[in-house]
Order: sequence, then structure tokens, then C-alpha cells
Amino acid sequence: MTVQHRKALAWGLVGLVPLVCTTACAQGAVIPEYRWLTFTVFAAIIALTMYVTYVAAKRVKSASDFYTAGGGVTGLQNGWAIAGDYLSAASFLGIAGLISQYGYDGFMYSVGWLVAYITVLLVIAEPCRNIGRYTLADILAYRNNPKAMRIVGALSVITVSTFYLTAQMVGGGVLVKTLIGIDYEVSVIAVGVLMLAYVLFGGMVATTWVQIIKAVLLVIASLVLVILVWSPYGFSLPAFLQDVVSDPKVQARVATLIGDPAKTMTPAELGQRFLEPGLYFKAPIDQVSLGMALVFGTAGLPHILMRFFTVPTAQQARKSVVWAMAIIGGFYVLTLFLGFGAARFVGPAAIAAVDAGGNMAAPLLAQYLGGGTGSFPGNFMLAFVSAVAFATIVAVVAGLVLAAASAIAHDLYVGVYHGGDTVPPRQQVRAARIATVVVGAMAITIGIAAKGQNVAHLVALAFAVAASANFPCVLLTLYWKRCSTGGIVAGMIVGTVVAVGLTLVSPNVTYPKAVRAASQKVLDGEADRRSAIEQALLSTDSRVLEKARVDLTTLDKAVTRAKDDMARVEGQERSFLGLEEPVFELKNPGIISIPVGFLAVLFGSLLFRDRRSEELWPEVYARQNTGILASKASAH
Amino acid sequence: MAAPPTIDWSAVISDPRFQTLHRRKQGFLAGLMVFSVVFYFLLPIGAAYFQDLFRIKVWGVINVGLLFALTEFVVAWVVAFYYSRRAGSEFDRLAREIAADYERGKVAP
Repeated sequence: MTVQHRKALAWGLVGLVPLVCTTACAQGAVIPEYRWLTFTVFAAIIALTMYVTYVAAKRVKSASDFYTAGGGVTGLQNGWAIAGDYLSAASFLGIAGLISQYGYDGFMYSVGWLVAYITVLLVIAEPCRNIGRYTLADILAYRNNPKAMRIVGALSVITVSTFYLTAQMVGGGVLVKTLIGIDYEVSVIAVGVLMLAYVLFGGMVATTWVQIIKAVLLVIASLVLVILVWSPYGFSLPAFLQDVVSDPKVQARVATLIGDPAKTMTPAELGQRFLEPGLYFKAPIDQVSLGMALVFGTAGLPHILMRFFTVPTAQQARKSVVWAMAIIGGFYVLTLFLGFGAARFVGPAAIAAVDAGGNMAAPLLAQYLGGGTGSFPGNFMLAFVSAVAFATIVAVVAGLVLAAASAIAHDLYVGVYHGGDTVPPRQQVRAARIATVVVGAMAITIGIAAKGQNVAHLVALAFAVAASANFPCVLLTLYWKRCSTGGIVAGMIVGTVVAVGLTLVSPNVTYPKAVRAASQKVLDGEADRRSAIEQALLSTDSRVLEKARVDLTTLDKAVTRAKDDMARVEGQERSFLGLEEPVFELKNPGIISIPVGFLAVLFGSLLFRDRRSEELWPEVYARQNTGILASKASAH
Repeated sequence: MAAPPTIDWSAVISDPRFQTLHRRKQGFLAGLMVFSVVFYFLLPIGAAYFQDLFRIKVWGVINVGLLFALTEFVVAWVVAFYYSRRAGSEFDRLAREIAADYERGKVAP
């Protein structure tokens, strides 16, 4: 591809923005008068990332450049890139939203996402840098049967990435639609095309820089918002939280959440309840199970593992995790202020009215802090936060697509089909680019096909599979002498099948009877609710009046949703697996599937001894600990 | 690229310096890992079964639960810092010595 081609493509993509704006705009959080502003900010950020891709594209010549940026990323850069790869829209908008809706439980949820990096730091990052090359399967193939490892490794990477990717594409499409009102399909295609441009031309070099830019923008946006939220309280934490719990909007939210017991509580007690656990998480074992999937799954996520191949040494790998932990942890602490700030200033009900999951908490808070819906600064801040959210989705998707494409091109095409490194470098890069287009097209197709589906649990499932299959396999091949090809094949298959299988019979799947019962309850209670609200609407107290209006919107939405749900499950009695009710009660399978995955590797290894695996053990163990020949890993 | 030196890997892992590195590192990593995981799970377990404790106000409206959740962040950072300091000062030095010797083809006595 010539320079002119690249330039034309870059400008073409920037030019797409106003086109999308004029052709596909509906109602979003941004009011129409300020939509031009939103698109200007979007275009500026896209132009910046396109410029980076343009520069990066010149540097991508070999497979190593494409997959790992030639191993030339520094620890600090990689730390920011890991944060950019990891902080998906689910954590940027989702956790702030959870805190704004459920208080304490939302904050508690964020902790596991940081603690996960302890596992990465202590047992995964450095050994993987020392013996790995481009993919997860490279690590497994070092001492075990290479062909078998590349097949199971690649399948697992593709499975995990597809789950995660689907959640990101669908979530991203909905998000962009809610924020700026462009059609869902157009949003999904825009995310997909942009991501393809970064990965296809710039490979890991561009992906790394897009992730760094996104992480920096995300931290700047959050810092500005937190300073604006917190400074009126003289940066005192008790004073800020005191004001949050004294707010009638917050107190009303708690009263709605806890129901009858609220009647005997004072407003102050209700407010304080917002800072106590139990408003969101009802089943403790479920929470522990989710925690296990996070803490052990992050270390098995292919797009995170891949980031450690981009640094030159184990020391830089370690440094990058420490930086990533500082950035990610710092970001979650800022989220505490964003979430509680949004609850205090925008109000839980007003946030839920725009998006039931609370995802609009941070953008709406930005708009409020800038001066409100009608003001220029308010809309500029909303536009900026929206653009950061968009960049977030694209950066995460780029990392995922690169991981899946490397599994297809490097493991399956070069490793299995051609049986090793005999493929010329140019052809390897071409295979990687073709795989990227295939995965990208698949992501866009799945994104559009899954419109309207509830895919939030797919992220948890991706973590569960990574924790139950990838993590035991990588850990034991690095640290256990007797680990063998049979063990890894067993672990990958059993871990994945158990995690996915348990999810398919868990409460995450639709059970028509339960949906019908829940919807019926909403519809049965509608008349009483409506007459109560109509009474309140006659009130002369402006606060009661305002609350009643919000309640009315909420009720209308709930009724519409209940009717839709009823229609959706009409005539059905069983889940798609033929079950009337869940067989497995937990939402996350981790607590069962992680130990089962470990046992599978253990028994598989003991049952099927493998001489090569044991003969290469001293080499693997010496290399992972000392980094001997690490810089010459490709010579293996 | 020159062919990599042939290394007797069994000699590396039976080298006393490697044994020392292995012993110190393994104990240290296992200890930190177990501590971090146990400390993390105290949070969801506490939030589920010790709500009365989590509710106690200690600083204005700030209660034990909030402070404990904030402590989780601090502890994660401290563990990361502590590990990277020990690794940087001790493990790296040992690993570099061993790597340098064997990469040059010199087998230690």
C-alpha cells in the first residue's frame, strides 16, 4: 500500500464522521443543537488516532512488528496500553453507573478488577515474556506437542475473544446510540471499520498507541470531572459523602431498592444505607464466584497476555504491570467520585431514565458539571466524555481482534497448516492481515445479528473460560514438571466446556416462565402505581411533583418492557436447552469450573505422560526464571 | 543471526545459584499470592456475612466497609511495590548472573 493510499484512507475515515451524523441521527443524550460539537470532538480524536496509525503503518514490516510491535514497547508505555486494553466501556461507564444506582456494592465490584493484576504480576507476566513469542499457544507449545497446543490454544483464544468481542460490539453499539443517537447498525459498523483501520495498517504498533491515547484521555476526563465534583467540598471525603447521603434523590433511590423496611427508616438512615453493602449483590457465593473468575481470569485473557510480548525484557514486563495497576486502581478510585457525584447531582432516577443499567451516569455528570443541558461548556464536556467512551470501545476491540487474528494466522495457518516457521515473513504478515479482516468482519456481523440481546454476561463468561481453561494450562505448564500435552488438551477442553455448559443452564439464559411471571407482576401492579402517581401529580409541592414525573416515566418504561418481554416469550415454556428453570443457580460458573479446569490438567498429565514435555522442563523452568536467551526467543 | 549457544539446561537448574533463586522466589511468590487472594475475598465475604461490622461509622459518614474497600486498593499497590522491589534488587541480580554465565557458555563449578 502506498503513502497516498494510506493518506486517502485516513482522511476518508475522518470524513465518515459528518456523513454518519447527517444520515443516521435519531434521539440521543446529546441534544440536536449541539450534535455538531460532539462530532467535532469525535473527529478530532479519530484524526489523532489515524495520524498515529499512519505513522505506525510504515514501521510494520515483519510478523513480529505486526503482533508485538517488534518487542520495542517500554514498560511505562505498556502499562498505559494495558490500562487502555483493559478499561472497557463496562468499567468506565458501567462501574460509575453501578455506584450511582447501588452505592457501596458498585464500588466493591471494582476491587476485583484491580486485584486481578496481582496474579498477572506475580505468576504470569515475567515467565510469559521470557518464554513466549506472539500468542498464548506459543507458551504452551514450548514443551508440549506443538501442533496439539496450537489447535487447542487457538480455539480457546478464539472462544474467549469472541465472547468478549460480542459483548463489546453490542455494548458499544447501544452506547453510541444512546449517547449521540446514531443508529445501532451504523454505530457497530463505525466501531468495526475504525478498529480494522488501526489493526490492519498499524498492527500492534498502532493498537498500542490507540490504547495509550485512549487511556490518557480517559484519565484526564475522569480527573477533570472529579476535581469539579470534589472541590466544592474542599477535597474532604467525609464532607462529600455526607452531602451525598443527605440528598433526597439518593434517599428516594434507597427507599425504592429496599421496599417495605424503608417505611420505618428516617431519611438520614436511608441515605447512610447507600454506603452499606447489599443493595446490588444478594447472593454472596455468586459474588465470590465472580471474584474468582476476575482474579484468575485476567491472567488468562489472550489480549492481555499478548501485551507482555511487546516489551523487551521480564523487568519491563514487571514494570508495565506495576504501572498498569497504578493507572487502573487510580481510575477506579476516581470512579468512586464519579458514581457518587452522579447520584448526588444528576440523581439515580434521572440516570436510569436515560439508560436502565445506569451507564449514562458519567456522561450526564459531565454535562451537569459543565453547566447543564442547554449550555456550551456542558455539552462540550458531554461530547468529550462520549468521544472518550467511543475511543474506549474501539481500543478494546482492536486488542481483541489482534489477539484472535494472531491465533488464526500465527497458530493455525503458520504453525499447524505450514508446520512452523518456514513461511516467509511477508507472507506471515499477509496472513495476519487477512485474519484481521476476517475477524473484524465477523465482529461486525455478530454485533449486528445480536442486536437487542442481553450480552452483559458474556464478559463474565469470557473471564470464566479464561480462568478455567487458559489460566490452569499456562500456570501449570510454567510451574509443574509433570504437566504434559494430554493435561493441557484435557484442561482446555474440560475448562471451556464446563464454564460454558454451566452458564447455559444458569439464570443468565432466558426462562420463559420466569420472564412471564416477572412481567405479569409489573403489569398487575401497574394500576395501583399509576393511581398513586396521579395523586402525587396533583400535589403543590414542587419536589413531590418532580419525583412523580420521574416515577411516571419509569413506570411507563417498565410497563412497555414487560409487554415486550411477554410478547417475546409468547407460547414458549422452556429455555432453548429445554429447561423450565435453571439447573445451576449461580450466575458465574467460576467457583466450580476453575477447580475442575485445574483437576483436568492434573489428571490429564498424570494419565498421559509425555516424554518431550518432561525433557524440556529444565529448559522451560530455567528460561522462565532467568530469562536466558529471552532476547533470542525467536531462535527456538 | 548467529546460532544460539547450546545450553545444558539441566546444569542450569541444578546450579546452586539457580536453586537459591528458585527457593527464595517460590516461597515469596506463593506467600504473597495466598495473602492477596485471601485478603481480597475477605471483602465480598465480609460484605455478605459481617454487615453489622461494615456498617459502623468511623469518620463522619464513612463506615468500616468503605474504609476496608479502600484498603484493598492500598494493599494491592503495596503488594505490587513490595514484590517489584524485592525482585528488582534480589531476583534480577541472581537471574542476570546465571544467564550471563550460561549464555557465554561458561558452566559454573
